[in-house]
Amino acid sequence: MAFIIRRLVFYLVAAWVALTINFFIPRLMPGNPVESIMAKFPGTLQPAAYHALEAMLGVGHPGSLWHQYTTYLVDILHFNFGTSVSEYPAQVSTLLGETLPWTIILVGSATVIAFLIGTALGIAAGWRHGGRLDRVMPGLMFLQAIPYFFFALILLELFAVRLHVFPIAQGYSQGLVPGWHWDFISSALYHSLLPAITIVLASIAGWMLQMRNVMITTIGEDYVVAAQAKGLPNRRVVLTYAARNAILPQLQGFGLAVGFVVSGALVMEIVFSYPGIGLLLVSAVTSNDYPLMQAIFLVITFAVLLANLIVDLIIVFVDPRARTREATR
Amino acid sequence: MTVAPAISADPTAVPREAAEPGRWRRMPTKAKVGVALSAVFVLTAIIGPFITPYDPSYQNPSPGASMNPPSAAHLLGTTQSGQDVLSQLLVGIRLTLELGIIVGLVATVLAVIVGVTAAFLGGWWDELLSLITNVFLVIPALPLLIILLGYPGLRGQTPTILVLSVLGWPWGARVIRAQTLAIRNRDFVAASRETGEGTWRIIAFEIVPNEVSLIAASFVNTVLYAIGASVALAFIGVADLNSWSLGTILYWAQSQQALQLGAWWWFVPPGLAVALMGTALVLLNTGIDELGNPRLRDASSASRIAGHWLKPADPTPVLAEISQHRGGLAGFLHSFSRSSLLDKGEAGVNR
Repeated sequence: MAFIIRRLVFYLVAAWVALTINFFIPRLMPGNPVESIMAKFPGTLQPAAYHALEAMLGVGHPGSLWHQYTTYLVDILHFNFGTSVSEYPAQVSTLLGETLPWTIILVGSATVIAFLIGTALGIAAGWRHGGRLDRVMPGLMFLQAIPYFFFALILLELFAVRLHVFPIAQGYSQGLVPGWHWDFISSALYHSLLPAITIVLASIAGWMLQMRNVMITTIGEDYVVAAQAKGLPNRRVVLTYAARNAILPQLQGFGLAVGFVVSGALVMEIVFSYPGIGLLLVSAVTSNDYPLMQAIFLVITFAVLLANLIVDLIIVFVDPRARTREATR
Repeated sequence: MTVAPAISADPTAVPREAAEPGRWRRMPTKAKVGVALSAVFVLTAIIGPFITPYDPSYQNPSPGASMNPPSAAHLLGTTQSGQDVLSQLLVGIRLTLELGIIVGLVATVLAVIVGVTAAFLGGWWDELLSLITNVFLVIPALPLLIILLGYPGLRGQTPTILVLSVLGWPWGARVIRAQTLAIRNRDFVAASRETGEGTWRIIAFEIVPNEVSLIAASFVNTVLYAIGASVALAFIGVADLNSWSLGTILYWAQSQQALQLGAWWWFVPPGLAVALMGTALVLLNTGIDELGNPRLRDASSASRIAGHWLKPADPTPVLAEISQHRGGLAGFLHSFSRSSLLDKGEAGVNR
C-alpha cells in the first residue's frame, strides 16, 4: 500500500510538472504568439477566435500570472481545454472526445499484445541462450530500429497497394455511420488490423530483447541453479523460478517505454489516416492550432501516467516485496 | 568517427582485455558490424554533400522528369517535382547524423553532470535531481517536443538540437547516478580520499574513467533517440521543411502521395537509411553491453564461461547497471521511491 501511495504521489508531481510546463511554454515564447499564429491565417480567423486564443495563451494580460495559472488549472480539471483555432468554434474537448477512443483501443490493445508476445519470445530466447530463436536477434535489432511510421509505409505498400489484402486508409469504410452495429464494428476492426500489426511488429523486438537479457542474467542466479539441481521439471524452473523474477524489470521497463510506443503509434496514425489522436495532432501542427496541440500533449501525458500506475498495480500483485514496507526502503 | 573513440575507450574500463593484442579481433561480431555500419554513415555524412549528382532542391520543370523510377541518370529516381532522390539522401544523411551526434554529445555531458552531482552531493540535491530525472523520463517526449517546437517560427535545425539536448539527458543521468553511487563507496575511491585528493579530482580521475563504457552506451542511446525523434518530428512537419534531412524527405514523400502513386524509390531509401543507422547504433550498444557483461555474449563464449557462472563476476563497471536490471526490484524501487515526496521527509529524519 505504501508503495502505491508513493507512486501515486510521484505521478501527481509528474502531472503537475506537465501542466505547469504546458502553462508556461506559450507565455515564454518570444514575440506575441497570437500574432504569429494569426499571421498563418490571413483573414480567415474570426475576432472571437482571436480572443479565445489570447485568453488561452495569456496574451493581453487577463489578470495576474497567478490568477491565470489558477484559472488554467481549474479549467483543466473541468476538461475545458479552450477553443480550437483551426476548427473554430469547435471545443478542443469535443475534438479530443471524438478521436481518443480510436487511439486508446488501437494502441492500447496492440501494445499489450506486443508486450505479451515479446516477453514470451524473450523468455524462450533467454532460456535457450544461443539457440535458434536467439540467433535471429540481429534481425530483430533491425526491426527495432525501424521508425513506426516507416514500418507502416512498407506494410501499406505491400499489403494494401500491391496485394489489396487490407484497406489503404481511414478507420472505417466510407459511407458507414459510426455506431454499435455490426457493419460498422466489423469495418472498424478490419481497418485497424494493419495498424495493429504495425505496432506489434515494430515494438515486439524491444520487449523481446530486454526480456531475453534479463532472463540470461536471472538464469545464472543461485536459486535457479538450485531449482534445477533439485530436479524440478524445466517448465517449472523456467516459468516459476526464472521468468517470474525476470519479468519484474520487464514490467518496470514497460512503464518507461510506453511513452515511446505511444509516440511512435501516434506518428504511425498519419500513414494510415487513422482517425485517432495522432492524426488530430498533425492537423493541429499543420494549422498551427496551438490550443489543440497543448491539450493533446496533456491528454497523452495523462494516459501514459495512468498506464504507469496500472503497471505499478500489477507489480504489487506480482511481487510480494512491493507489498511490504521494507522493500521500498 | 565520433563513435570510434567510445569503443576504443572501453579498455580503460576493462583493463585486462586492453592489455592483450588483437582488440578488434576480440570484439563481439555484433559490435564489429555496428562499428563498420556507423563508419559508412559517418563517411557518407562527411563526403555526401560534395558528391551529389544534382542540386537536391532543383525542380526539373519538364513533365518527363517527374516521378521517374531509378535509372542511370537518377540512381534512386525522382520526386513529384523532378528532384533527384539520391542527392536529397546524400545531403539528408549529413543533416540527420549531425543533429544526432551534437545532441548525443550535449545530452551526455548533461547526463554525466546531473548523474554524478546527484550521487555525490546526496541528500536533498539527490532527491531533487532524481525527482526531476524521473519526471522527465515518464513524460512522453514526442508530444512535449511538438508543443515546444511546433510553435510557428521555432522550426529548424538549431532549435531542434537545443530542445532535443535539453530533454535528452534523463535516461543517461539515471544510469550514471546509479553507477556513481556504486563506485563512490569502493576502496580505491576511499583510498584516494585518504591521500587527500579533492572531490573534483576524485570525480574527474577516479569516478568518470570507470564509467566510460556506461557513458559510451548512454551517448549511443541518446544519438538513437535524437535521430528517431528528429525524423518523427520532421515527418509530421515540425521542422524546417526547406532543408533536406531524412525526416523532411519522408515528409514530402508522404504529403505528395508517394505511396499512393507507387513511388517506392522515394520513401524506401530514406526510411531504410534511418533504420540502418538505428541498427548500427543498437549493435554498437549491444557490443558495449557484451564487453561489460560476458553472460550476454554469443553462445560460444557463453559456454566457455559457463563453468564460472556461479562465481562472482569481475567487478566490471557495467555490473551495477546489470545488477539493477537483475536483482532487480529492490534497488529499482529504492531509486524510484527515493524520489517521491513522501520519502523526502523520512530521509530527512534519518539523517
